[in-house]
Amino acid sequence: MKNNLSRGLITLALGTALAGLATSCNKDLDTTPKYDPTPDKVYVSLAAYKSVMGKLYGGFALTSLGGADGGSDVLGIDGGTGNYLRQLWSAQELTTDEAVIAWNDPGVQDWHNLNWDANNPLLRGLYNRAYYEISICNEFIRESSDDKLASRLPAADVAEAKRYRAEARFLRAVSYMHVIDLFGGGPFVTEASVVGVDAPPYNTRQQLFSYVENELKALTTELAPSKANEYGRVDQTAAHGMLARLYVNAGVYTGTPQYANAATEAAAVISSSYSLVTASSPVSSAYGRNFLADNNLNPAANEIIWPVLFDATRTTTYGGTTFLVNGATNGASPGWQRYVGQTTGWGGMRATRALFDKFFLLGADTTVDRRGRFWKVGQTLEISDQTQFTQGLGVTKYRNINSDGSTIVGSRNFSSVDFPMLRLSDVMLIYAEAAARGAASRVDGLKYVNQIRRRAFGLDINTASSAADISDAQMTTDFILDERARELHWEAQRRTDLIRHGKFTEATYLWPWKGGVIGGRGVDAYRTLFPLPTSDITANPNLVQNTGYN
Amino acid sequence: MKHPYLAKLLFLLMFVSFGTVTGAWAQTTGSVSGRITDEKNEGVPGATVIIDGTTSGGSSNMDGTYSIQNVPAGPQTLVISYVGYNTVRRPVTVVAGANTEVSAGLTENATALSEAVVIGYGTQRKQDITGAVAQVDSKQFVQGQVTNPDQLIQGKIAGVSITTGGGAPGAPSTIRIRGNTSLNANNDPLYVIDGVPVDKGGINGASNPLSLINPADIETFTVLKDASATAIYGNRASGGVILITTKKGLQGEKLRVELNSQTGFSTAARRYESLSAGEFRQLMEANAAPSQLATLGTADTNWQNEIFRTGATYDNTVSLIGSIAKKVPFRVSYGNLYQEGIVITNKLKRNSGSISLSPTLFDEHLRIDVNAKGSVIDNRFVDYGQIATAAFFDPTQSVRSTEAQYARYGGYFQYLGAPDANGIRTPLGNAPGNPVAAINNTNDISTVKRLIGNVQLDYKVHGVEGLRANLNLGLDIARGRGSKDIAPGDFGNYNKDFPNDPGLNGAYNDYAQDKDMKLLEGYLAYGKQLGAAKVDVQGGYAYQNFKDQGPNFLTYRSDRTTLLNPSAVLTVPGFYNEYVLVSYFGRATLNVSDKYLMTATVRNDRTSRFRSGYNSGWFPALGLAWRIKGEDFLKNNNTISELKLRAGYGRTGQQDIGLAYDTQPRYAYGTSESQYLFGNAATGFITGPLGYNAVLSWENTNTLNAGLDLGFLDNRLTATIDVYERKATDLLQEVNVPAGSNLVNRLNANAGSLRNRGIELGLNYGVLRSADLNWDVNLNGAYNVNEITDLGQQDANFPGFLNGDIGGGTGNQIQIRSVGFPVDAFYVFQQVYGPDGRPVQGTYVDRNNNGSTTDDFYRYKQPAPLVTLGFSSNLTYKKLVFAFTLRSNLGNYVYNGNASDRANYALAQSSTLFLNNVAPDVRNTGFTRQQLFSDYFVQNASFLRCQNISLGYNVGKVMGASNLRITANVQNAFLITKYDGVEPEISSGIDRNFYPVARTYTLGIALGI
Repeated sequence: MKNNLSRGLITLALGTALAGLATSCNKDLDTTPKYDPTPDKVYVSLAAYKSVMGKLYGGFALTSLGGADGGSDVLGIDGGTGNYLRQLWSAQELTTDEAVIAWNDPGVQDWHNLNWDANNPLLRGLYNRAYYEISICNEFIRESSDDKLASRLPAADVAEAKRYRAEARFLRAVSYMHVIDLFGGGPFVTEASVVGVDAPPYNTRQQLFSYVENELKALTTELAPSKANEYGRVDQTAAHGMLARLYVNAGVYTGTPQYANAATEAAAVISSSYSLVTASSPVSSAYGRNFLADNNLNPAANEIIWPVLFDATRTTTYGGTTFLVNGATNGASPGWQRYVGQTTGWGGMRATRALFDKFFLLGADTTVDRRGRFWKVGQTLEISDQTQFTQGLGVTKYRNINSDGSTIVGSRNFSSVDFPMLRLSDVMLIYAEAAARGAASRVDGLKYVNQIRRRAFGLDINTASSAADISDAQMTTDFILDERARELHWEAQRRTDLIRHGKFTEATYLWPWKGGVIGGRGVDAYRTLFPLPTSDITANPNLVQNTGYN
Repeated sequence: MKHPYLAKLLFLLMFVSFGTVTGAWAQTTGSVSGRITDEKNEGVPGATVIIDGTTSGGSSNMDGTYSIQNVPAGPQTLVISYVGYNTVRRPVTVVAGANTEVSAGLTENATALSEAVVIGYGTQRKQDITGAVAQVDSKQFVQGQVTNPDQLIQGKIAGVSITTGGGAPGAPSTIRIRGNTSLNANNDPLYVIDGVPVDKGGINGASNPLSLINPADIETFTVLKDASATAIYGNRASGGVILITTKKGLQGEKLRVELNSQTGFSTAARRYESLSAGEFRQLMEANAAPSQLATLGTADTNWQNEIFRTGATYDNTVSLIGSIAKKVPFRVSYGNLYQEGIVITNKLKRNSGSISLSPTLFDEHLRIDVNAKGSVIDNRFVDYGQIATAAFFDPTQSVRSTEAQYARYGGYFQYLGAPDANGIRTPLGNAPGNPVAAINNTNDISTVKRLIGNVQLDYKVHGVEGLRANLNLGLDIARGRGSKDIAPGDFGNYNKDFPNDPGLNGAYNDYAQDKDMKLLEGYLAYGKQLGAAKVDVQGGYAYQNFKDQGPNFLTYRSDRTTLLNPSAVLTVPGFYNEYVLVSYFGRATLNVSDKYLMTATVRNDRTSRFRSGYNSGWFPALGLAWRIKGEDFLKNNNTISELKLRAGYGRTGQQDIGLAYDTQPRYAYGTSESQYLFGNAATGFITGPLGYNAVLSWENTNTLNAGLDLGFLDNRLTATIDVYERKATDLLQEVNVPAGSNLVNRLNANAGSLRNRGIELGLNYGVLRSADLNWDVNLNGAYNVNEITDLGQQDANFPGFLNGDIGGGTGNQIQIRSVGFPVDAFYVFQQVYGPDGRPVQGTYVDRNNNGSTTDDFYRYKQPAPLVTLGFSSNLTYKKLVFAFTLRSNLGNYVYNGNASDRANYALAQSSTLFLNNVAPDVRNTGFTRQQLFSDYFVQNASFLRCQNISLGYNVGKVMGASNLRITANVQNAFLITKYDGVEPEISSGIDRNFYPVARTYTLGIALGI
């Protein structure tokens, strides 16, 4: 019968469907991504290793893999706000005499008011940025073990890949230095750690110091020789420079000063292939060429030992130098915008008069020091309200134009200025400071200070100048601190310098609105360290909160 | 593995059609005819009359008459049935070659207890149900301009909160059954449409997955609320389950045509508060600097008038219902909707079609259900931000200007800066763009297609009494395509490098997304009567595969060939997510003497989202009921017509968080805008590792429910009361992972727990019953308390996870998730008020008495309502029908983001080159700057809303064999609330850039032929 045949077939079909399928389906649970490759598919060539290394370097510049509008690598904070350089700069500058900010973003006024707590979202963002950088460097180093390199790459490429690995170690060491400087101790993870959710151990400031010191020492030979690497990548000079910075602060970090070591490392940098910019351009002084959109080219590229790279169309972020240019410009002043090469302005950061006075009150510098460039039109010198952008002078140090005056192509108002993370004159002043503290040659130290000052005055750096030069007697630690403010203002060094010179929390040196009062005030000494964020104290029971924040 | 079931399906369908045409009757036959009447002796149209034991039958006409031809001679039984009436059986002796007349009167089935209720993988008699289940059928739906299916049951079911996402056509609703159960995972209910569990998510170009269904096709909504009912859907049932069945043809039915047509118009029911030009000018003259006053214009523009309009809506559905050869019942429908938004340019067009076939073969042994629903939606969207811009744009400026400097900007007024080197006045930095221009300049359109189809075979196995096999094959395919084209003259997309070339200004980008869901389910069910006990068991298997993919696109200028960012390159061609759910499920029910009832279910689910060893979840449930009415002492009680006690426990699961591969190690490629240019090279693309949690596993929700079903006076009054506790453990939430431990600082992990406790009441009462006058009311209410009971590892100083973005700066969030508080409680400062009752700017209560108020955030109120109430009334007098639905939420608070941002003088004067309008509340506060975190702006948003008023008239026969009904409706007729912002009913609790809800007036006709 037809009906029986149909019934039989239907029963068969149903039975097959029900029974046959169940067995083979569990394989389907192993779905794999189509566009996001697994590690084995990523690390297939030297170029591929380099593209991951780009991410490691880019960790200081970029906020995500998707450009400025692509979200954030670090979650819980706006991408642009959580940019590494933006918050590092804020922690180092907004807390000091060099800068105030007008905005009301959560936590941003805490910087200058020196009243942050462990729940400050910007501190949390900065801390997580540093550990994000450490984690991705660990991942790269893990995937660059000798065994993996040997099995994945042709023998001819292995040496270069090992150099990449050394650079990853350098970047990791720098992030640990930021942890040491900002937070003291912290979680400790290396390439030996496993990617998971388990809490890493806590290392003290001293432990992290020793780790970074040993890493950087090793890297002074493992990295490329001075100036032998591509632009943007670090070499042995960078390792010496970071060691100099570590040692000059050793007294703060460990209780035992190491100024002689700082001088030794600084001397290695000064005798390297890097040199000061000495030629001015039609739109800029020699000094100012370090902070223009084409500072990726010589002569600026000869002075900047480690730049963090930006490009208005290809390396975009709302942090980095875009923040430094746009954030310090008035949105209602087309003239100001034109001067810095943008058509926008976010109306955020200005200087307190304490910075201005460094150039125009002390010594004989009255108007000729070309390093102090302030926007005065429409701005007041005094600040009665930090949240009013028109109070306080504008700082036009970073300008998104080329040294010949041409502007950057790209309509989106991003910056092409590369940020100097480590610059020769910084290291020269470290040497001079060591000398001023009696740990190095005063003759050499004085020479370096005066070279820097002659350039600032637009003079030949090797010709003595009565206007620019200081005497040996004038080369005090206080003078060096002020000279660092003039030379390195807005370069994310100021908080560290003030702490080292005992002027950050103390009432002996006040600036407008220090500690949140108009005339300034001293604050508790524990504020020389930031608190570990409560979010990580919660997530990691091994951590030890810094004194004063419990 | 591929399931080649489409081939099998075709194979089966061939047999089905083969079987359909084979049968032929050779006997001598006669005919039967008659009239079916109701209690008022009026004809009942559409009643089904079937010769028992055969497939022969028909349905009654408009006047209630029917006729069945070719009835085999001899003694037969007529079975006469109609929804809502008691089925009648009439013996008849059919004489060959002659007509026998049989008429019958139907009585209304007031008890409706034998009514079948759709449950997971089957149906049950209402009286046998042990869980918390509510069903609403088409007779009880909200009437009028209903363009999204979820609106049909708004306010109708206790504990089901449906919050419209604003007045834009197709805006997604937020549906919460008994509150939020999850933190970061999906809180939406699972929709099962004609047996197909569909994708919960929207698709690019249509955010509401339900908006692709024509509401006119829907017959019933069944809401499974407690876990004893939902656990059979284990894996995605934590947010409850909504079963939707569509209308079907009836066996033996005569061909009918139904035509529904509605025409409506909509206006904005509430607007943003802002000052008129005169008021604004006056206020600024008293408060602004001379340079700012100089920017004032001379016009008197109400910007909201300029962007709002009266939107027209046309909604037509035609359907054919009948039975092919009297053996293959079918329904075919076509719907056409055109809906204009209340904001200029905003519109939606939907063409939808549905087909259902439900033949029964082999002496009713094989039932086949074939359903297909397809729709094509064309949208034009507007940027909601422009609605808020209209509220604060300077009212003294005109919309358009003939001045030459504005010609480049399409003749719209804009704030312009100094002339550049080309002599062009460029857009002024930081100034708002003219909102009318922004809306008109943006052509943001999409076309979305969706097809949901399934074939379900239900076979009563020959030779084994009580054994049934069911196979369900389904598909849900959606295609979204869209583009956003911004005109060259647009203010916000000015190209400073080429200002004079229109092709090199503006912006254009495409997007596309394809979603494919494949379903295979099969189960075997066996039922047997063992003495007084009826036992049913079933066991089955389900496989579901979800794919979500599409290409990536770059953004171009208006010429569509020049890149917006000249160095942009597509580094990743597209996106792709595929995940698979494999499940086994079983159910056993026991019914002893219709008094003692038990339902036990279990489901095992595995998901490809989680890694092996963590991907399996077990979801058991048990429901018990004691039907006291069945006991001897109540059996003959005339007052109490129903009394049932229910209790249940069950566990459901949740895995819907993040993307498909979040638990695997993987890398991602950077875009062309995140390169790193070593050596000053032209390119330097980067690759970075992504964070992952390999130990992520199921979130579990345990529900306890107890309920009481009551009926009085032949169930003229029925009541249902439920109390419940739902506790979600191993919450899927984004937590801070220890710094350095992973490749990201926050990851989705299993941590913490969350509890909802509540009580629900539903009442139905036939207040009046008479020949001419009938009045039915429905009252429902629910009280739900939500609390986070654990967030995982805790430090005493950790306040919780912030949530809820607000404007007024970068990174401001106003809500928090803290242990001991409801989800997303507002996290604010406690405002101090002066003796005049006005808030004192910047002065807050020092709650911890430490001398400073910067750390005195506290948790205040919650966005979710504590109490939701619904009241429906339906009054019929002869041919007139008057109905309305009221809804009320109590205890819900909303952060008035519009006022907190704009009700201060600082925003008005944020620039010396332009002024912004302010919210009038500034007169009450006098704030000179934003007070974003003041609890002053967290306002009680309790409300009473008249969802709908409708008046209908049954004209009856017009022009021969047709039935005409005319209705007039008002949607969102009135709203009573103390809340000042644009809308008190906002699921997020943050009133910001909200598209106002419309008030809609509709005229409708329904014609049956």
